Amino acid sequence: MTAPATYKAVIDHTVVADHQKVRRWGWAHVVEHMVLRMRSYVSTMLLTGIGSPFLYLLGLGFGLGVLVDQGEGIEGVPYLTFVAPALVMATAMQVGAQENTYGVFGGFKWTNMFNAMRLSPVSPGQMAMGMQAGTLVRVVPMLGFYLVALVLFGIATPLRALAMLPIGLLLALAVGSAVMAWVATQKDDRGQLSFIERFVIVPLTLFSGTYFPLETLPGYLQPIGWISPLWHAAELGRAVMYDMAMSPLMWLVHIGFLASVAAIGAVLSVRVFRRRLDG
Amino acid sequence: MSASKLTPMEAPAPRVWGPLRGLYGGRTHAVVARGMRVIARNNWLIVLTGFFEPVFYLLSMGLGLGALIGGVEFYGHEVPYAAYIAPALMAVSAMNGAIYDSTMNVFFKMRYGKIYEQMLSTSLGPMDVALGEIVMALFRGLLYASGFMVVTTVLGLNLSWTALLAIPAAMVVAFGFASFGLAITSYMKSFQHLDLVWFMMIPMFLLSATFFPISVYPEWAQWVIMAFPLWHGVDMIRQLTTGLIQPSIWVHLGYFAVMILLGVTMATKRLKALFLR
Amino acid sequence: MAQPVISARGLTKRYGAFTAVDGIDFDIAPGESFGFLGPNGAGKSTTMRMIAATSTRTDGTLSVLGLDANHHGPEIRAQLGIVPQGDMLDEELRVIDNLYVYGRYFGLPRAYVKARSEELLDFAQLREKRTARVDGLSGGMKRRLTIARGLINNPKVMLLDEPTTGLDPQARHVLWDRLFRLKEEGVTLVVTTHFMDEAEQLCDRLVVIDKGTIVAEGSPQSLIREYSTREVLEVRFGSARNEAAAGRLEGIGERQELLPDRVLIYADNGEQALQAVTERGLEPVTSLVRRSSLEDVFLRLTGRSLIE
Repeated sequence: MTAPATYKAVIDHTVVADHQKVRRWGWAHVVEHMVLRMRSYVSTMLLTGIGSPFLYLLGLGFGLGVLVDQGEGIEGVPYLTFVAPALVMATAMQVGAQENTYGVFGGFKWTNMFNAMRLSPVSPGQMAMGMQAGTLVRVVPMLGFYLVALVLFGIATPLRALAMLPIGLLLALAVGSAVMAWVATQKDDRGQLSFIERFVIVPLTLFSGTYFPLETLPGYLQPIGWISPLWHAAELGRAVMYDMAMSPLMWLVHIGFLASVAAIGAVLSVRVFRRRLDG
Repeated sequence: MSASKLTPMEAPAPRVWGPLRGLYGGRTHAVVARGMRVIARNNWLIVLTGFFEPVFYLLSMGLGLGALIGGVEFYGHEVPYAAYIAPALMAVSAMNGAIYDSTMNVFFKMRYGKIYEQMLSTSLGPMDVALGEIVMALFRGLLYASGFMVVTTVLGLNLSWTALLAIPAAMVVAFGFASFGLAITSYMKSFQHLDLVWFMMIPMFLLSATFFPISVYPEWAQWVIMAFPLWHGVDMIRQLTTGLIQPSIWVHLGYFAVMILLGVTMATKRLKALFLR
Repeated sequence: MAQPVISARGLTKRYGAFTAVDGIDFDIAPGESFGFLGPNGAGKSTTMRMIAATSTRTDGTLSVLGLDANHHGPEIRAQLGIVPQGDMLDEELRVIDNLYVYGRYFGLPRAYVKARSEELLDFAQLREKRTARVDGLSGGMKRRLTIARGLINNPKVMLLDEPTTGLDPQARHVLWDRLFRLKEEGVTLVVTTHFMDEAEQLCDRLVVIDKGTIVAEGSPQSLIREYSTREVLEVRFGSARNEAAAGRLEGIGERQELLPDRVLIYADNGEQALQAVTERGLEPVTSLVRRSSLEDVFLRLTGRSLIE
């Protein structure tokens, strides 16, 4: 039997999927998928990305600064300088948490991203890691807008602003993987998702020495700061941006804390993803 | 075949006359009863968490920043910082609860749940539905305002007996935002539009004399802020909790009265246009 | 039979105390269209997931394309096209991007996946929906897109889990037409279904599966021949009287089944059977003579209806 001339086979048997390559690069394809998805909310990203530095720095920071600086500023610097690095880090934390709350839960329940990937050679561990890498891709422009604003408003030099980027990324990674490890265990949403925002992210932002030095809080509230990734990142940010005094040991403690949270979160996430997708 | 043992019964005709006929079935309580049931069964946790947000802000900013700032001047009097921001947080939480209920919740119901179509295929009218949603938002506002009032009273942040009036005032704020939110939601087509609502709320939250007086800004910026509803809510509740009541409180009330009237009218019209074609 | 592409012996899946698949054996030959027919919860989807190596078996052996499914998941899936129940499309992406993104998960080069996506768009008859968002597509379009997605890696075997469930009759025929084309090209199709017409349309050979075990195996025609008669007469006497009437039908046709709403009479000639019924003074409210189907086979084998 001969096929008509216009007939073209659907299957091309000369092309074979390369599962070895997927084993190495599967995570990168997950990132590619996430970037494609970002296209549908680019306008939202731009609006928040450009809007928040103005609102938080010029609006909140400046306004509070007027009240606080009636004294003599904080730690020898104007209030705006004090609060700026913490606001940058708070943004990194928020984006990292948000992406891993709705992105991860949605990937299992709403968009079926993970369930569909499961039908390809990509492994659950690669999905978790790809998702983290994709989060960083999303954090970079958000931080970028902030850092440019810092330079434009004359709060930081370009070099110091740039030095805050890796700290922000490390923070986003730590918070993101910790949130992922928990969200991935949730089978349905009866308020757990908003719970993260309201009982973890908001309190951490408020009690991590963001708007005032941690030591101003009563002693019983200060431990919240010590276990808060945001506080560690904000301290690093302050050291980088205006040479806030910090001993080498504390440098090590801050970086070590963030790195450990990121590592533990990543290991747990991979484990949860495996358990959930290998039934 | 056995016949039903129940006495046969017909659904009563709605007893509403005049211009509201066709719009209003006099059964708002049925919509509210459904909303209460959903809260009891499903999302009481979401409702509960909303109460804590202003408390966290109060503790953090009041204790931490308060230590740095000391006091703030309000209508000629020095007010301790925590007592200054507490009423503002109350207004913000009334706004947040009302907007959450009337935008996010309603949007989901319209787009995915098809609940309104069901409701409007019974003897309910669009105004029952609109009022029902608003009452739910008010209920939430009442919960938050009362809870928050207990916290501020314990912390000694209510400086006058007139603080008691802050609860009804918070309800007025919630009513305004809920009716307006409902009207806006009826125009929304996608999630991107929902985002726009939040883009309006965050600046209002940060800048409406919540954490510092608007006098720090140039005059034109002050006028812009005063055009938005949250500032009126904040200033009104602050006057009541501090006892520094000014004649301007009537302006604030008038602002919300107009907002409520416009919101309810618009929402009813839109629901009618959307579902009773 | 040529070397089977999929071969199972004593294949078992237990979830705690519940046995979803209970020691089944089957072989699927290259190019064959093979069906699992059974009611919801029979263990069809679990079997499919074990074949796709997304679920590990508890016991027995299972080789897919010569590889052990418990140990070579990614390698096996690289050669499979999977069409899951419920599509699992990314509704926030556009139609063409769904194909592209998925193709990349197979490690295929960007340029190839792009070209291939366009090709499959035509195959799925979705050309004019190229940049539409997935959440606006009809059920039939979504299913065709899912099939196109499954074809992106030029699979040797297609797994289709309930491919036409939830679609209207016209959409089902469009879909079957697409699957026929694949069949003509020699792609091995593995289909689960609880529709007998679908099994009859698509499958060269099928196993009837119930409560995790295989109760019969063969081609649709041979199964019908073996377990049913050529025709079936359906008679209704009204809900209160079916049972009484059934008692008086003794001896008509080969066999009878009393269902809550009707009586089925299995006979090689349905019209003759109907005549015999009226000759006994019974007057059915409605009567219908039809060809036997796999539904009848299932009823015979399990005493239960396929769709409950």
